[in-house]
Amino acid sequence: MNTPVLPEFFNEMFDSGGVRSPYRRLEDWTRDMPAELRSLKQSEAESLFRRIGITFAVYGEGGDPDRLIPFDMFPRVFATDEWRKLERGIKQRARALNAFLTDVYGRGEIVRAGRIPERLVYQNEAFEKAVCGFQPPRGVYSQIVGIDIVRTGPDQFFVLEDNCRTPSGVSYMLENREIMMRMFPQLFQENRIAPVEAYPRILRRTLASVAPLKCTGEPKVVILTPGHFNSAYYEHSFLADMMGVELVEGQDLFVEGDFVWMRTTEGPRKVDVIYRRIDDAFLDPLCFRPDSMLGIPGLMNVYRSGGVNIASAPGAGVADDKAVYCYVPEMVRFYLGEEPLLENVPTWQCGKQDDCKYVLDNLADLVVKEVHGSGGYGMLVGPKATKSEIELFADKIREAPENYIAQPTLALSTCPTFVAEGVAPRHVDLRPYCLVGETVELVPGGLTRVALTDGSLVVNSSQGGGVKDTWVMAD
Amino acid sequence: MKLLVTHHSSYVFEPPTRGVVQSLRLTPSIFDGQSVKHWSVTVEGAEMGASFRDGCGDWVQTVSMLGPVSEMTVLVEGEVHTTDLAGILRGHREHVPPAAYLRSTRATRPDKGLRKLSETTLASFPDASPLEQAHALSAAVSEAIAYRPGETHAHTTAAEALSLGLGVCQDHAHALISVAHAADMPARYVTGYLHSTDDGQAHEASHAWAEIHVSGLGWVGFDPSNQCCPDERYIRLGSGYDAMDAAPIRGIAKGAGDESLQVSVAVQQAAQ
Amino acid sequence: MLSRTADNLYWISRYIERAETNARLLEVGARNALMPNIGGGYRNEWDSILQASGTAKAFAEKYGEPVQRNVESHMFFDSDNPSSVATCIERARENGRIVRTALTTQVWDALNTAFQEIREMQRTERSKMPLTDLTDWTTRTTALIRGASLATQLRNDGFDFSNLGHYLERADSTARLLDVKYYVLLPQPGMVGSGLDNYQWSTLLRSMSAHRAFAWAYGGEVTPQKIADFLILNRQSPRSLLTAIEGAELHLNQLARRYGKTTPALSGARSILAELAEAQVSEIFEEGLHEFLTRFIRDIATLGAKVHESYLSGEAR
Repeated sequence: MNTPVLPEFFNEMFDSGGVRSPYRRLEDWTRDMPAELRSLKQSEAESLFRRIGITFAVYGEGGDPDRLIPFDMFPRVFATDEWRKLERGIKQRARALNAFLTDVYGRGEIVRAGRIPERLVYQNEAFEKAVCGFQPPRGVYSQIVGIDIVRTGPDQFFVLEDNCRTPSGVSYMLENREIMMRMFPQLFQENRIAPVEAYPRILRRTLASVAPLKCTGEPKVVILTPGHFNSAYYEHSFLADMMGVELVEGQDLFVEGDFVWMRTTEGPRKVDVIYRRIDDAFLDPLCFRPDSMLGIPGLMNVYRSGGVNIASAPGAGVADDKAVYCYVPEMVRFYLGEEPLLENVPTWQCGKQDDCKYVLDNLADLVVKEVHGSGGYGMLVGPKATKSEIELFADKIREAPENYIAQPTLALSTCPTFVAEGVAPRHVDLRPYCLVGETVELVPGGLTRVALTDGSLVVNSSQGGGVKDTWVMAD
Repeated sequence: MKLLVTHHSSYVFEPPTRGVVQSLRLTPSIFDGQSVKHWSVTVEGAEMGASFRDGCGDWVQTVSMLGPVSEMTVLVEGEVHTTDLAGILRGHREHVPPAAYLRSTRATRPDKGLRKLSETTLASFPDASPLEQAHALSAAVSEAIAYRPGETHAHTTAAEALSLGLGVCQDHAHALISVAHAADMPARYVTGYLHSTDDGQAHEASHAWAEIHVSGLGWVGFDPSNQCCPDERYIRLGSGYDAMDAAPIRGIAKGAGDESLQVSVAVQQAAQ
Repeated sequence: MLSRTADNLYWISRYIERAETNARLLEVGARNALMPNIGGGYRNEWDSILQASGTAKAFAEKYGEPVQRNVESHMFFDSDNPSSVATCIERARENGRIVRTALTTQVWDALNTAFQEIREMQRTERSKMPLTDLTDWTTRTTALIRGASLATQLRNDGFDFSNLGHYLERADSTARLLDVKYYVLLPQPGMVGSGLDNYQWSTLLRSMSAHRAFAWAYGGEVTPQKIADFLILNRQSPRSLLTAIEGAELHLNQLARRYGKTTPALSGARSILAELAEAQVSEIFEEGLHEFLTRFIRDIATLGAKVHESYLSGEAR
């Protein structure tokens, strides 16, 4: 297997020829910014975030709901042509993932064709028997696809992970931009930066476009939150507000007859599309966990009989499992008949005997992840781990090999970042949010996460990560 | 056999509940072994809605009743003509791939005891066909768990029933699913009705058994409680991973309070 | 709008008003306690405050004898007391966080700042915070929140629910404050109309920041009849029961028109209003002020339940 590790980290701003073009104007901006102004702006940004109340954890990392995620003012920039390439790759992947979901809940052609092991699909925890034989409106299972991407060179982008359920963090994309525009209006006059503010509007349009057949008239869209104690509650309420839709909890909805209704001060109102931010298991106590207090009894029956749509579809998670991830390029070829535009990071599946042996022999050089884990937990970063940590982890792998995958430590690109001493390169990744409904759309931008500690490759906010505004230069 | 079914489930809520929502799986499956002459599921005072045939081939209905509800009765009545197919679920349309039924739940997860029972049973039939293996597993479960009502409850797991050595049809079915899973054979829980014959062999009119997927034959029913495969005395309603997943009635009453349930089931042979 | 959102808006106002009532009750207690002890007893003043707040039993269980310091803790800081100032502010802010997007920035800022400040106060050494600072802070803060709401919130149905909460809680609170006097026993019946009696009555006025308004409206001697008239039947008084019920009726009426549907809550408000509009101070004293207030507090609770049923519970059809 070829590893994409390069001797040097790719610096997105500087290459051997000097400043790379998308960053050209930012050079003067940082050079001309006195240290006092910088720290002033930094604390201004922080108080803005706190005032707005945007204190939440991304990617379901949990933790203190009042915690602020560090915001770095140095933007991360893509040139138009770089973005075009990414955009094509992301949309292609989002289409393939949805085609996969349609297939595995339908005829299962990809399994029959032997292109993906049956066990990985049908015995997957996320595979939902209750959805089998059912096609949601427009055949879309995952309306919001978050694709985590890392860069290792001028033209090298790799997909790290797919998120087909309810990828979070998009409110950061919007708020980071808002705050940058308030603090540095001149930057936006001097640079032609593609706007991201259309996201909530497109999201609403996307969700309305997947209203069920039984819906007549303007579809009523709502966001379903587990409640205000959830660490992502701010994001839920922010999105509801920006989209102009109600933010509901399970207790606000009920099933009667063929439909789902919302409890309002004027009596029941029919709901057509539910953008849910709660896990499958909690959606409906009559279908999944009987002890769920967050869900709506009977919801799945209404869903299956076409009275309401749920975004993303229950069971969509079977496409974003870290073991299924290995087969996404195969999905692109199988369903779309195209070559994948975005590559996967080479991955060893410990469930395969040969792979497992390789992984155990090379743990010190690899990153090992739990198949169902998220947020950087249950993970081993070989090069940073001590000998005893590695040995301990090896035992865990031997015990349940199919629960682990391994990848080479990637040479994540760096982006200039404000640090105590001035500006220094720090490693970054990217999560764009692709919307799939009647059309497949992507706003030019995403959430850039940055590892604020020198040399660190872990961008998770629970482990010292921060966020940046992400710019795509317009033509 | 021409079978007449009357099935009442009467709920009493004290104090009256704010409302009830139920998901019903109370309509006979469509397959070659049974044909429905007439069938009705009624709940007086409730709204019936959101009905569909699910991926497992079961007909599912939703019942909702606005509060305050102090009483509610689900009444099932109908006539079904059955034929003995030796347990084979022939002509049943479903979308869920058999491999999905290799997943165990809390109730069916094999523990050491169940694994051992599975292994030793199959080891004594080294050259058995998959069908023979399934029969052997069913027989082993009948032997390991004696039929005795009142010793187990709704949440007893297969592992618990095995170590107790006692149980009812639900425990038998869970245990059979579990030993089948241990042998990598897809298996599932089935609910239905059973006509009690005069010889006193059959136990309950409202019944449950297991199905094992046998390559070449498809799904085949096994009833460890009665040490047989479902025949013309059985009416099949629906299936699931375990008793909870396959439950003919799953419901939620809003608000705290006591809920009591009275069930009466009669399965009789129609007059010729 | 979503019933739960309406409920949150309604309770923000109720909690804010309740926080203010508690601060004002504390003020009455402190002022009454300043009077020389002429047989009525020290204990008496603080006990009356607890009785009026409806938390005397819970207090006795936790603290025992009512001494000022403990009453202060109980009514201002104690998170075990569901109506302490701290609890009310915290709940108001939590309700606000849930419906953050239904609030203007000004209202949210005022709520959030109040919450941060009271957290800070809970960390501050108590000896550095005299009672007057606590009560002043509360009346100032609650006025700021209410003012921000009146000045900036959209005049939609949410505004009606928010005001409904305010007026119902205010009606309840005025009635309770007025009832304090019932519990402050005069040492002997002959003292009715004495200096102590009058002092207690005027303390009540002060606690509602109403003593000057009262002087303008009535002049002369402070008598129980005048005060009762001012706090129950006077439309000019912002705290009178009549003003509060009129406010509640106005917003219930507005909701009925908005939704094109009348509710038991509106008829409930109207019947309370009709009774108050007809009432005479002399009749109230004939019935007994305490009896009248007890009945009124019960009626307000019933009205609150009807509002809940008609709009907030989500059971409306």
